[in-house]
Amino acid sequence: MAVVLVLVLVVVGSVVFHLVSPWWWTPIASNWNYIDNTIIITFWITGVVFAAVVLFMAYCVYRFRHKEGQKAHYEPENKRLEWWLTVITGFGVAAMLVPGLFVWHRFVTVPTDATEVEVLGQQWQWSFRLPGKDGKLGLAETSLVTSDNPLGLKTDDPNGQDDVIVQAADLHLPIGKPVKMLLRSIDVLHDFYVPEFRAKMDMIPGSVTYFWFTPTRTGTFEVLCAELCGQGHPFMRGVVMVDTEEDYTAWLGQQQTFAQLTPPQQTSSVEPASH
Amino acid sequence: MVDVTPGSVGPIPPAEVAEMELYHPHSWWTKYVFSQDAKVIAIQYSCTALAIGLVALVLSWLMRLQLGFPGTFDFITPEAYYQFITMHGMIMVIYLLTALFLGGFGNYLIPLMVGARDMVFPYVNMLSYWIYLLAVLLLVAGFFAPGGPTGAGWTLYPPQAIMAGTPGGEDWGIIVMLSSLILFIIGFTMGGLNYVVTVLQGRTRGMTLMRMPLTVWGIFTATVMALLAFPALFVACVMMLLDRVLGTSFFMPAIVEMGEQLQHSGGSPILFQHLFWFFGHPEVYIVALPAFGIVSDLISTHARKNIFGYRMMVWAIVGIGALSFVVWAHHMYVSGMHPYFGFFFATTTLIIAIPTAIKVYNWVLTLWRGDIHLTIPMLFALGFIVTFVNGGLTGLFLGNVVVDVPLSDTMFVVAHFHMVMGVAPIMVIFGAIYHWYPKVTGRMLNHAMGMFHFWVTFVGAYLIFFPMHYLGLMGVPRRYNELSDMGLIGESAHHLNAFISIMAFIVGFAQLVFLFNLIWSIRHGKEAGGNPWRATTLEWQTAHTPPTHGNFGKELPIVYRWAYDYSVPGAKEDFIPQNEPGSFGPSREPA
Repeated sequence: MAVVLVLVLVVVGSVVFHLVSPWWWTPIASNWNYIDNTIIITFWITGVVFAAVVLFMAYCVYRFRHKEGQKAHYEPENKRLEWWLTVITGFGVAAMLVPGLFVWHRFVTVPTDATEVEVLGQQWQWSFRLPGKDGKLGLAETSLVTSDNPLGLKTDDPNGQDDVIVQAADLHLPIGKPVKMLLRSIDVLHDFYVPEFRAKMDMIPGSVTYFWFTPTRTGTFEVLCAELCGQGHPFMRGVVMVDTEEDYTAWLGQQQTFAQLTPPQQTSSVEPASH
Repeated sequence: MVDVTPGSVGPIPPAEVAEMELYHPHSWWTKYVFSQDAKVIAIQYSCTALAIGLVALVLSWLMRLQLGFPGTFDFITPEAYYQFITMHGMIMVIYLLTALFLGGFGNYLIPLMVGARDMVFPYVNMLSYWIYLLAVLLLVAGFFAPGGPTGAGWTLYPPQAIMAGTPGGEDWGIIVMLSSLILFIIGFTMGGLNYVVTVLQGRTRGMTLMRMPLTVWGIFTATVMALLAFPALFVACVMMLLDRVLGTSFFMPAIVEMGEQLQHSGGSPILFQHLFWFFGHPEVYIVALPAFGIVSDLISTHARKNIFGYRMMVWAIVGIGALSFVVWAHHMYVSGMHPYFGFFFATTTLIIAIPTAIKVYNWVLTLWRGDIHLTIPMLFALGFIVTFVNGGLTGLFLGNVVVDVPLSDTMFVVAHFHMVMGVAPIMVIFGAIYHWYPKVTGRMLNHAMGMFHFWVTFVGAYLIFFPMHYLGLMGVPRRYNELSDMGLIGESAHHLNAFISIMAFIVGFAQLVFLFNLIWSIRHGKEAGGNPWRATTLEWQTAHTPPTHGNFGKELPIVYRWAYDYSVPGAKEDFIPQNEPGSFGPSREPA
């Protein structure tokens, strides 16, 4: 009987824990409440299945546990029952998969009006780059990284000259504007993860990866690295501040561009190339 | 399909080939140490796997000390923490679970259950164990290497795995790890070929494929998968070794490390992930399928009822095995691979839930109208179903690509895979040990210690891993040795971590009781007799217990029926051994 009791307690306890424990996701700060909804659907379906299977098992143990003279029923298979269960399971799975794939389609389709923002990860800090007035980010390469050019921008790319460089400091984003985060690394894998935005993606040296989102509330959010990047991994934190339009413009005005940060002799060497 | 019809006596083919002479050991050394008897090799595999598993258990305590009580233990530096998690994961997945299910249970049970005198290539089988032992010793040597073992995480993702920022990256750690894996794969291949060929060629007369116990089906399918999947890991290890030692650039693009350009360019870090998970996902089922098979037999035997839907169970095992080769990139949804892959891999991943669910239904339907004996193997089987259903269902979160985005790389993943491929298969391993220990030693394991072991392990493990999902849901990333000032979690999350750690120590302690029971019962256990569970399969029908070299007496058994003739109407006993001729009672109604 202890077994029956514990099996029932597992179900009841899990449901109660789910409902009353203080541990739940952080309040969302992006447009990805679609993801939260898909999680809720999944919680419902899987929760019902879990409870049904374990409670059925508990009932079986209660009802059919060995007693003197008891004999098991002999029934090798039941095609009808097996097919019914297969079909029902198929529907349950589809009910999770279909909305999931729709939301994924949204997740990988970047709106055309999204602003590009580059995030650069390296052991163990974050840097950022925003396009300047031309709205375009200049080309960059890991092999060009030097202490004077920590993001590895191509000095002869005119698009890069007005790029705003935010090295090892906080990123600010305006509220309500979709952003496409272009993710780059110059050493190992990292992962740009802000729990409140729900989105994350690995950064791979040698490639540019991306995700997009729209910040939906102002505030200060912690950036966590979510891909093991060596022993400094847990301390690879950063800050993203979502500002109102005015605050954002004020912040942007204080930032320096690539041209301003680069020593003059290099800037002059670029000029002939831009003809 | 006549052969699955329970109670029916199919035609028994005449013996076509004479029996081969078995190798006869001449000395104590060749009998007990360099033995070619699959049963001795099985025990060697199992003891080695359990011993190294004990190391992994201690490592888990050390990491839980750090997570539960950060800053309290100075010797757990960040480097040490990463070394602990890496070695814990690698040992548990490869050197314990894979080795124990295939090398341990496979070696012991395949020949006995299919009615063979031994594996078909006994010498290669012996070699397999010794190479495995070498791999384990090399792995342990990593702890004593300069710089210690690798701390790259058990997935060993480059570039960090072979760079200075990772413990063992520029020292010996990663080289030792990769070499040990290469050895393991070589050793496994030798054993694996044996298991497959023995199942295909070594079965006794009357043992058709569709009369094999599901244990054999599970181990057989898992071995075929392992033979196809391990080569991917093998080449990945060789390539990474070349990158590290000879400076090639298979996985290494241009890199600036701490301000300095490295001499690499053009390699693809993500290629390693594809190779790793092409092995890594089937690996999950390499561990799970033997567990599925074994637990089916445990439930059937101890509920005194045939396994429900045997044919469906066999096809589900084979189907899951095949499908598991086209789902690997669900581990890489946020790896930066082409986002459209997500559609494909989410679909295949969720489809695999269907045959898996069928297996679960059939286990619980086997209990329905059974005669359930709440023996310790049965308790562990019930514990398996609970933890496996729980872990399988959270897999539907992570497999559904967009749901994985917020949860990937968080503690939710850690909780999920521990529940589904840690706790659940280990429940089966325990159940199986309580079940077959009487055959291996001739004595029962102590019941009171067994009850203590079950209850603490089952309840404790659930209390460890169920709440852990919610840490991940909050956003706590995995592989953080401390959360210290993380803004998004409150004080309560730290209390939860401390609670999980305390439970981990308690559950770990219960395993020590189990190990003590294993040793104590060899001498002091109750005499078991040949068939204490009154089971149908051939290993319980041997002339001697423990079975002698050659397994069966003078004559090999002849198989007349499937493995699940329990409680057949009209039969005198509530079980009919597979090698008992004669028909009893009404056959199953035609499907």
